Amino acid sequence: MGSSQSMSEEVRELVSKTGFSSDQIEQLHRRFKQLSGNQLTIRTRRTQLTWMATRQSSWAFNHSSLQTDMFTSKENFNNIPDLELNPIRSKIIRAFFDNRNLRKAPNGLADEINFEDFLTIMSYFRPIETNMDEEQLEHCRKEKLRFLFHMYDSDSDGRITLEEYRNVVEELLSGNPHIEKESARSIADGAMMEAASVCVGQMQPDQVYEGITFDDFLKIWQGIDIETKMHVRFLNMETIALCH
Amino acid sequence: MPGPGFCGLSPLRVFPSVFVVAALLGLLPVLRSHGLQNTVTSKVSTMGLYIGPGEGDVTSAPPEVKQEVHPMTNHSGTPHMKTRKAFPVLGIDYPHVRTPFEVSLWILLACLMKLGFHVIPTISSIVPESCLLIVVGLLVGGLIKGVGESPPILESKIFFLFLLPPIILDAGYFLPLRPFTENLGTILIFAVVGTLWNAFFLGGLMYAVCLVGEPPINEIGLLDNLLFGSIISAVDPVAVLAVFEEIHINELLHILVFGESLLNDAVTVVLYHLFEEFAGIDHVTFFDIVLGFLSFFVVSLGGVFVGVVYGITAAFTSRFTSHIRVIEPLFVFLYSYMAYLSAELFHLSGIMALIASGVMMRPYVEANISHKSHTTIKYFLKMWSSISETLIFIFLGVSTVAGSHHWNWTFVISTLLFCLIARVLGVLGLTWFINKFRIVKLTPKDQFIIAYGGLRGAIAFSLGYLLDVTHFPMRELFLTAIITVIFFTVFVQGMTIRPLVDLLAVKKKQESKRSINEEIHTQFLDHLLTGIEDICGHYGHHHWKDKLNRFNKKYVKKCLIAGERSNEPQLIAFYHKMEMKQAIELVESGAMGKIPPAVSTVSMQNIHPKGLPSERILPALSKDKEEEIRKILRNNLQKTRQRLKSYNRHTLVADPFEEAWNQMLLRRQKVRQLEQKINNYLTVPAHKLDSPTMSRARIGSDPLAYEPKPDSENLPIITIDPASPQSPESVDLVNEELKGKDSVLEEEEDDDPGLMMHPKEPSSPGTDDVFTPGPGDSPSTQRMLRCLSDPGPRPEPGEGEPFIPKGQ
Repeated sequence: MGSSQSMSEEVRELVSKTGFSSDQIEQLHRRFKQLSGNQLTIRTRRTQLTWMATRQSSWAFNHSSLQTDMFTSKENFNNIPDLELNPIRSKIIRAFFDNRNLRKAPNGLADEINFEDFLTIMSYFRPIETNMDEEQLEHCRKEKLRFLFHMYDSDSDGRITLEEYRNVVEELLSGNPHIEKESARSIADGAMMEAASVCVGQMQPDQVYEGITFDDFLKIWQGIDIETKMHVRFLNMETIALCH
Repeated sequence: MPGPGFCGLSPLRVFPSVFVVAALLGLLPVLRSHGLQNTVTSKVSTMGLYIGPGEGDVTSAPPEVKQEVHPMTNHSGTPHMKTRKAFPVLGIDYPHVRTPFEVSLWILLACLMKLGFHVIPTISSIVPESCLLIVVGLLVGGLIKGVGESPPILESKIFFLFLLPPIILDAGYFLPLRPFTENLGTILIFAVVGTLWNAFFLGGLMYAVCLVGEPPINEIGLLDNLLFGSIISAVDPVAVLAVFEEIHINELLHILVFGESLLNDAVTVVLYHLFEEFAGIDHVTFFDIVLGFLSFFVVSLGGVFVGVVYGITAAFTSRFTSHIRVIEPLFVFLYSYMAYLSAELFHLSGIMALIASGVMMRPYVEANISHKSHTTIKYFLKMWSSISETLIFIFLGVSTVAGSHHWNWTFVISTLLFCLIARVLGVLGLTWFINKFRIVKLTPKDQFIIAYGGLRGAIAFSLGYLLDVTHFPMRELFLTAIITVIFFTVFVQGMTIRPLVDLLAVKKKQESKRSINEEIHTQFLDHLLTGIEDICGHYGHHHWKDKLNRFNKKYVKKCLIAGERSNEPQLIAFYHKMEMKQAIELVESGAMGKIPPAVSTVSMQNIHPKGLPSERILPALSKDKEEEIRKILRNNLQKTRQRLKSYNRHTLVADPFEEAWNQMLLRRQKVRQLEQKINNYLTVPAHKLDSPTMSRARIGSDPLAYEPKPDSENLPIITIDPASPQSPESVDLVNEELKGKDSVLEEEEDDDPGLMMHPKEPSSPGTDDVFTPGPGDSPSTQRMLRCLSDPGPRPEPGEGEPFIPKGQ
């Protein structure tokens, strides 16, 4: 599956599995091949090389860059220049290898993903269809939120703990060198208290709110129409990103 | 006519008109009783119902008016008959004050009307305010006419130069940028293509009607009809705002209709000037048409360009105003107004310029100016725009009575009919096209609301009024038709749109406060989507938005924002705003002596499990100890107050005296409350601190905290938060993060560092509020103490308005 030679049968299978059109799958497959360097999978390898090495390899894709990696991010994705500037880069890349998102295992990270896995992740970002009924909409909404939730909940324990939340905010603000950790933390603390008050309401002083569960997460997102926001256009992709 | 003369009356004829207003006001009780006793006509009875009690209940305001007016009229009658120089100094010189006097009188009338509607909630929930105001205008006009005077007409000059800009600036400055940019394509298509379609469809059909029509209308040529079509086809921002503000429709529909009404100005301006010009010349060449088409781009892009230039200038200016805070708001108003006037000067789209300048300057100006200035800007804009709106609708009514009409059934009815048909067809066709590209499709319900929300308003009327009678002999016919369409849309559509929205169950706006969580999630989602776009190699909206943000952060902000704040990421800025808002709310609620309705009891110890409840001990305070605490507290509070006051005098440029006095009063009130509540404040802190929020939160939740010292000394540290309105068990979480003044002070206001409550600094003012009975407590055991709800250190939060505008 995901092989670059004979697609037609598999494409049909993928269409039914992920809901993408065959055009979109073709586009994404081209992109996938680009990212993986014509391999069948995009791999993760936790080699710990220096930042400089990544820089030197330049943005152009070559095999030497497969060897260079920041220590937590996944090598193939590191070749995307634009992603380099993204403050939550590591979380995004991690999400691609998250077994929960790949619907493979309740926790842990996959070592490599093939094209189907890639599509599975991408299908979280499909726009809603016009003919969806309420139930499907709700399902779609939940799926999208679950993906987000997994990004926040890095230790897969079903809760976004204060530490995890702080981590998220710190990463969000990491693009700015002038921000001290202190303010990031206080923002996370404030947000956490707000979340606790939204989700639990009255609390006794000795009661402990351990973290945001998925249900709480749904509650917090109630005001935002995630189904109309979390989507990407998959067609008309330009393939110049790598070859700059 | 030079100067803002509201009515084009000669001085001699003015006195009766003043008298008429007085008479109207005097008449109100009569009207009311009329309306209540026998329902003459539905209009009159509603009038009586809402004006009457409104006027009557509003305490002293109406009598004042009468007092003002009556002497004037009485005196004004006499001096003309008597010989002059009866008193050498005293005399009546009404022409001297006439213009401002009348202007104020009209504005006063408008305000009182507005006030009246809001006193009676039932009426305003059924009928939109705009309708009521038009009715008032009709009645006032009728009264003026009844006394044998010609009522004033909504002069186009006044409308375009003075009444319209505040409304547009208000709309532009507080434009919800995110939905606007996300739907910009759709809005533009509706505004440009839709308006063009409407104008030509209507103009063409009206020409056909005129061709087959009876003598009076079959002289109207094609160009005149097209001109008429272009005037009547544009959706009016004033009318749309007035109605849509009240029905609370969801963000998407609101921005679609409202955005269309704002951006179609360019089309209207071009078409209007083009056809007006063509009507003056003998024959139109193809070249002229091409030029006209080009001029559309010049007008719209030129308007935007002018606006952007002024916006950037305003932002740049505001960078240097930190020493003269008082005039900060003026810069915003003046630069925007200049943008509008400059655009109008070149026949560019003034509305586009105003919007562009408002949108452009806002983020930078807001970062530069003080919180107070921001509130001032907000209030002034809201005040001006609502007064303008009120006046516009009243004058629309008055002008209807005043103007001479030429009623022609065929023309008027077909105009109305084709207007509606053109709108429906246009929306249906365009949405069919747009939906091919939209990810979130417009449903049939949405289309219906968009079509139905196409209200016409005063802009059309003023444009029609501007027409030259010599070139357009049918001006009066046009005006009559325009007024009919305006009235139909405002009354029929404006009144039925609310029930229809309910009936169709169109999604309403969620009245949710913007929370920190939401902000974090939104930003997270933005970055995530940008990342995903990058990964799949698609350069979409998010990609370019991200690029733009980076550019903005890297270069523009550095130039336009002074000091540290240029580096502040959005999240932190947002957080500060929230803090400020909550702090203000807390102070307010504290001052009111009420616990805010949304009380929740979550505090930092609830979410942070590190601290162990086992450390807690219950304090047992004896009565006299309590008394002692109270006394010390009171003294300290007053001392703090005094010091702050003197400090203010030296460092703050904004006038601190008034504020200081108010806060003194506030403080006194709080101390009094404290005395009643002090028993409730006893509780115990649980653990060590981690972050400022936590410490603040803890102190918020434990206003009176006893902490056993880690060593053998048993003397507790008592922290008292005298002003916190909550009891220790129930602390408003909202208030909890109320780092409010503290952190805001610390992080954004560098001009008054002395006012901060520094943590871990025993000698800082913060310790004033700490009652430390034991002599042996060292600084190391002192916890970070901040007086949460103490308004003292912060000279700013005087106002109780939420800092973040509702529109966002």
